[in-house]
Amino acid sequence: MSSDSLKATFFAECEDLLDALSAGLGAMADGSADGETVNAIFRAVHSIKGAAGAFALTDLVGFAHKFETVLDLIRSDTLTVDADVLRVITRSGDVLADLVEAAQTESGEIPEAMDALVQSLVTIAQDAVPAAGAAATMDFAPLAFVPLDIGPISVPSSRFAIAFRPERGLFDNGHEPLHLIDALRALGDLKVECDVSAVPPLDQFDPENSYLSWTMELVGPVSEGEVRRIFDFVLGLCDLKIDRLDDASVEDDLPLAEAGQEEATAIGEPAMTGEDRGQGLAPDAPASGKQPRAASAVAAAPPTTLRVDPERVDRLINTVGELIINQAVIAQKMRAMGIPPNAEVIGDLDDYRYLAREIQEGVMAIRAQPVKPLFQRMARIVREAGEATGKTVALVTEGEGTEVDKTLVERLADPLTHMIRNAVDHGIETPEKRLAAGKSATGTVKLSAAHRSGHVEIVITDDGAGLNRERILATAQRKGLVPPDAKLSEAEIDNLLFMPGFSTASTVTNLSGRGVGMDVVKTTITSLGGRVTISSQPGQGSVFTILLPLTLAVLDGMVVTVASETMVLPLSSIVETIRAKPSDFAPIGPNGMLMSVRGSHVPVLSLGGVLGLSDHDFDCERAVFVLIQTDSSEPVALAVDHITDQRQVVIKSLEGNYGSIPGVSAATILGDGKIALIVDTEAVLKMAAPKRSNLHALALETSHDRIAHLG
Amino acid sequence: MTSVLAIDDSRTMREMVSRTLSAAGFSVTTAEDGVLGVEAFRKARFAAVITDINMPNMDGFGVIDAIRKGDVNRKVPILVLTTESGAALKERARQARATGWIVKPFDDDALVDVIRRVTGTLPE
Repeated sequence: MSSDSLKATFFAECEDLLDALSAGLGAMADGSADGETVNAIFRAVHSIKGAAGAFALTDLVGFAHKFETVLDLIRSDTLTVDADVLRVITRSGDVLADLVEAAQTESGEIPEAMDALVQSLVTIAQDAVPAAGAAATMDFAPLAFVPLDIGPISVPSSRFAIAFRPERGLFDNGHEPLHLIDALRALGDLKVECDVSAVPPLDQFDPENSYLSWTMELVGPVSEGEVRRIFDFVLGLCDLKIDRLDDASVEDDLPLAEAGQEEATAIGEPAMTGEDRGQGLAPDAPASGKQPRAASAVAAAPPTTLRVDPERVDRLINTVGELIINQAVIAQKMRAMGIPPNAEVIGDLDDYRYLAREIQEGVMAIRAQPVKPLFQRMARIVREAGEATGKTVALVTEGEGTEVDKTLVERLADPLTHMIRNAVDHGIETPEKRLAAGKSATGTVKLSAAHRSGHVEIVITDDGAGLNRERILATAQRKGLVPPDAKLSEAEIDNLLFMPGFSTASTVTNLSGRGVGMDVVKTTITSLGGRVTISSQPGQGSVFTILLPLTLAVLDGMVVTVASETMVLPLSSIVETIRAKPSDFAPIGPNGMLMSVRGSHVPVLSLGGVLGLSDHDFDCERAVFVLIQTDSSEPVALAVDHITDQRQVVIKSLEGNYGSIPGVSAATILGDGKIALIVDTEAVLKMAAPKRSNLHALALETSHDRIAHLG
Repeated sequence: MTSVLAIDDSRTMREMVSRTLSAAGFSVTTAEDGVLGVEAFRKARFAAVITDINMPNMDGFGVIDAIRKGDVNRKVPILVLTTESGAALKERARQARATGWIVKPFDDDALVDVIRRVTGTLPE
């Protein structure tokens, strides 16, 4: 019964449940839990167990069951949560997550800690309630459903006499005797006699009571167990007597074979012919008669959430983007036609634009998700990293409700994990060192998210020792990442961390040293259109700031013309635009040019030259200069021909059709319907960087640094 | 078409019940907790209700109680979907005035069979 898509649903649900679980466990840890928190935790584990059973995930079901047993004791106040219990259930949450992951990847891996935890859970349960503990130790056999393939067994016919007298409660519980009789009839030949002698005169008739009884004779190839199984639901709600009339050698084996799975049967209630039916049901009949077949069309409960294939949303976002472009095209054409700006049709078009923007915002909001689940996952990372390094670290989160594009949330998981691990592993000191430095023994890692003018800012702060710049520089020099005589500013040294092949730990610890360096962190964030910066105070800790666009679909850009091509520069990397006087320029070397910007010198590059659209010369007097700065470089002035506009553009990927183009990150369609390329500023600077050292991105700024010192 | 209301906070279980019963020719409405389930129950006429026990806002026993004490279709067959089995469950379900029970994980055929029996829609 477990098709793949159902499994996908299961794992998606597990993810939500595990998030809820870790949220609840977090609340228990910081003391903000209430009764409902424990209930929610219990339900999460319970739901995972319930659904996992359907997929025969034995390990998962077994562990969830033991976990659930302990949670149930907490829920019923039988067990008080102390530090030990809290530790065990928190770890159990982690192991449960691991088991789900193992089930998803079908790795068959059993988390190392599982056996020990199972022991702890059982012990806790036993200590709390000896009897319950015993129950918990009994291995919970998941009722994995193996279809019984008994094959065609020829069972000889048997004859049963069945006496059945429903009691009032049978009716109250929603049973219908006629359905029961139907079910019996399906087993063989059935003779039915109905005894109506107990029906009272009408004035004493209680429509909700039961007055009829039946005697039946069933002949069919069935065992007694099968017959009894029909009455399973109504035992205790009726007088029932089943006798086998012949002693044919019918084995009562089937019910045993099926006993593992409680299946069911129905039964009914007092006898009813057509007329009785109305009375039987009385006070609220006919409105609530019990003819099930009268069920009307479905009225769905209002769904609180809607799950949509993200691709559909992306398609919608794309189309809305084009709608906005389309509006701009029309507006421009109307202006070209000479329609006066106060014409009614222009006003209508403005409304159109307004509505299109509304739709765009609405659609973007669909993709938005709070960062909370992401942050919650980090609590585990901090815990594990703390345990592995023998440090006590607390994670403080802020702005968990901040909503970010779903893709961003997903793709931030790895970089954040790495940065948090780093913060604990490299940033926070051991408790002894902390105490010696006059700090509290417990280190703090703070993770915060906030919206900042069209961007999302995620900040990771630790109160550890701060970056050891001397060692960073020495390492970089030893590894040949910077020339031995390079003079680097503090910010430049900090940025060395992001260079490929850099690792500060003298010995690669098994924590942070997992093959993913800070360079990968940076690459990921850059690929999301964001940037990451570091600041650090020796002895007081470090701050990593990640700045990301709210969505990946649009970009704030400056539209410029370069060698009669229209291009878009991302606003995020632009510092300012400058019109320069000839006296501001100073040539350096055969091809180099510096420009003075308020007293400091910045190198000048021709954008057209770098991209191969024109030669490297530019007209100092007519060109416009855009001062850009990326994470890896000091400011550089890019010479362009004109600046035509500053606007939000919809990003259209080129990679599908053209592969990766150096210096170009994507394309967009402008208001006039023209296609413009979006410049990848980082790549442009790299392309322009002289190859005289292997410093790549840093080469430019280093050389600039030296030149600036000369100048 | 015979309509069945399935109330479960687990998406997987909802989908599983819904698929199984739809394939057997039932029309299935789902609700994700007891409160929404009872609300949905009042809006349409169902031949049977399947409800989970452990749910937020209102649990399965609350659902049964609300339906049995309500004034719409209150004798509807209600099946509880549970991971427990054994005598205690049966007694508890009967006390709560459930019509029957289905133990998770369930077999598709068994689920359909139970629903057919309580709704009297056995195939010929």
